[in-house]
Amino acid sequence: MSLYVTELRRLAKRRLTRMLLALLVVGLAGIATVFAFSSHKLSPAVVAQAQAESDAQYRQAVQGWQKSVAECEAAQARGEQTEERYGPNCGRDWQPQPEMFDPTWNLPYQFDFRAEFGIFVAVFAGAVGLFAFLVGASFVGAEWSTGGMMNLLLWRPRRLAVLGTKLAAVLTTLVGVTVVLGALWTLAFWLIGTWRGTTARVTAGVWQSVGLDGLRALALILAVGAVAFALASIGRHTAMALGVAVGLGVVSEIGVRIGTAIAGVPFGDRYVLSTYAMAWFQKRWKLVDYDSCQFVQGACEPKEMFVTWQQSGLLFGLGAALVLTAAFWLMRRRDVA
Amino acid sequence: MSAVLEIEGLRKTYKSRRRGTRNALDGFDMRVEAGQVHGFLGPNGSGKTTTLRTLLGLIRADGGRMAVLGHEVPAALPTVAGQIGAIVESPQFFPHFSARDTLSLLAGAGEVPATRVDEVLELVGLRDRAGERVKTYSLGMKQRLAVASALLKNPKLLILDEPANGLDPGGIREMRTLMRDLAASGMTVLLSSHILGEIQLICDSVTIISLGRRVAFGPVDQVLAAHSHGAVRVRLDAAEDLAAAAAVLDRAGVPVTRHPDHLMLSGVDKPASVSRLLAEHHLYVSELASVAVDLESVFLELTNTAPVPGQHRQVDESAKVGGTGQPGVAGGGWGA
Repeated sequence: MSLYVTELRRLAKRRLTRMLLALLVVGLAGIATVFAFSSHKLSPAVVAQAQAESDAQYRQAVQGWQKSVAECEAAQARGEQTEERYGPNCGRDWQPQPEMFDPTWNLPYQFDFRAEFGIFVAVFAGAVGLFAFLVGASFVGAEWSTGGMMNLLLWRPRRLAVLGTKLAAVLTTLVGVTVVLGALWTLAFWLIGTWRGTTARVTAGVWQSVGLDGLRALALILAVGAVAFALASIGRHTAMALGVAVGLGVVSEIGVRIGTAIAGVPFGDRYVLSTYAMAWFQKRWKLVDYDSCQFVQGACEPKEMFVTWQQSGLLFGLGAALVLTAAFWLMRRRDVA
Repeated sequence: MSAVLEIEGLRKTYKSRRRGTRNALDGFDMRVEAGQVHGFLGPNGSGKTTTLRTLLGLIRADGGRMAVLGHEVPAALPTVAGQIGAIVESPQFFPHFSARDTLSLLAGAGEVPATRVDEVLELVGLRDRAGERVKTYSLGMKQRLAVASALLKNPKLLILDEPANGLDPGGIREMRTLMRDLAASGMTVLLSSHILGEIQLICDSVTIISLGRRVAFGPVDQVLAAHSHGAVRVRLDAAEDLAAAAAVLDRAGVPVTRHPDHLMLSGVDKPASVSRLLAEHHLYVSELASVAVDLESVFLELTNTAPVPGQHRQVDESAKVGGTGQPGVAGGGWGA
């Protein structure tokens, strides 16, 4: 049996892996189930009911308007001042129009696979990314902290091969989990769209777009898993990766935002990691500098800036490569004591 | 006899801004012959574990030469690792795996047949508890599992760091028998331990390390003989003659220590000469006995770690070979 197969077995045997996988499956299934109940198929009867509600609201509004005009006219007949209360011309110019009562406002929410599944790919990537982080970090972190890595090195003295094989086992597992759960996730939302929503206008091009979203999600999940693995290996403990993640989260999402706001840095969010995560999924993410306008001087178009998915890919790719290089360099150089 | 393990001039230095430079290994030498059970002794912090870790490629040496089974290490470790079974310091295993899972994964990593797992579990007495999680094991059981993991490869060289640690008396005896059986089967065993009585019973030869340098080595009986100092206990028929006997021996140049009912002599090569000398002065010996030293007393003497009443010895306070007033080595030179 090769070291690679052994590491796959070791990862699969770990209690944390199994527990997190179960939580992930239950969590994703829960989201899909709750969402399925919140979506309603728009049958002709539902549409007709919404139209009837809309018509009734229009009629009610017209009656209210007529009553208001009549009251205004009566007040004028008594010689009272009415403009302040009823507006000019007793509000006759404000007669409700039918188009003001859109029947779609009365429709229940219906899931549209074509328009909305992209958001759920990002949700899926977030959940599996968290799984990847914890599994990747704990797999090698626990090996270091319990002495398992030292034991293994007594059997396999080629350090880089050992670390590389462990990383390969983690990444392979993540690919397997992502592909299988991703297929089930897509199927679940397709079924929700079919039975409790709509799958209209889902063309081959839409599927291609879904596929590309899926690939981006997979790439992000693998990067997160690899970075967590590398950080835990550098610190020889799972807590190292968790600490860096929390620290980076606090610094990037809170510290940088506050700092750039105080310093008046335009487009401060371009220094925030989550901006790049959004751009990665949305293909491009718009940042607006409202401080560039002085609205007291009249209408103004604030300056805009776009972060693209290519920039995100470069940032995440370089970051992952840097941390992985450090982990392998340390693995080669350090004393295992 | 061929050497299975050779270490020459091994050096390892730890540098720290706060604590300065510390030589964990300072030109350490060692040689272990094939088929022997070799004891590796030293006080805490003397460099035993550093030596073993360096030998096994876990720590990078700063100088010196090491060879295992005729291959220079660490360069050739990937070649010889399959023939070295080792446990270093305390046994460490993933607590949520069972003993069988632990060994099975190691066997997989080392490409050892899975059938070997049950063999070693039987050998170390864990057969009936093999399915339980390691975290439920006592220290002694973990120790047995560690030995099992080292034996899994059926190695030519078995390196065990404190294998009897945590074992009950029965377990210690079983471990002793196991070591002997393994050596009898042709396996070379390097045994690091502080249980010196066990080492004396089990080992064919020893190396004693202190402050990173070898202070004694060789077959156990030779090391003991080299440090017995010819101690002889003398009793006379008449206790009142002890003073006269002491004076005679003193004039003959024999170092004498007086006790109420006997004399202790040292540096006596031939005890019979003492008897003859005293008889010539009409002093008749009722008991003339060579006082045997044990490994513990030799160890304490060589490493200068014998407890002194009222003093608290620190871990680095032990002997370095060649220091003033320190004993020399039993042998000399590389691999002698």
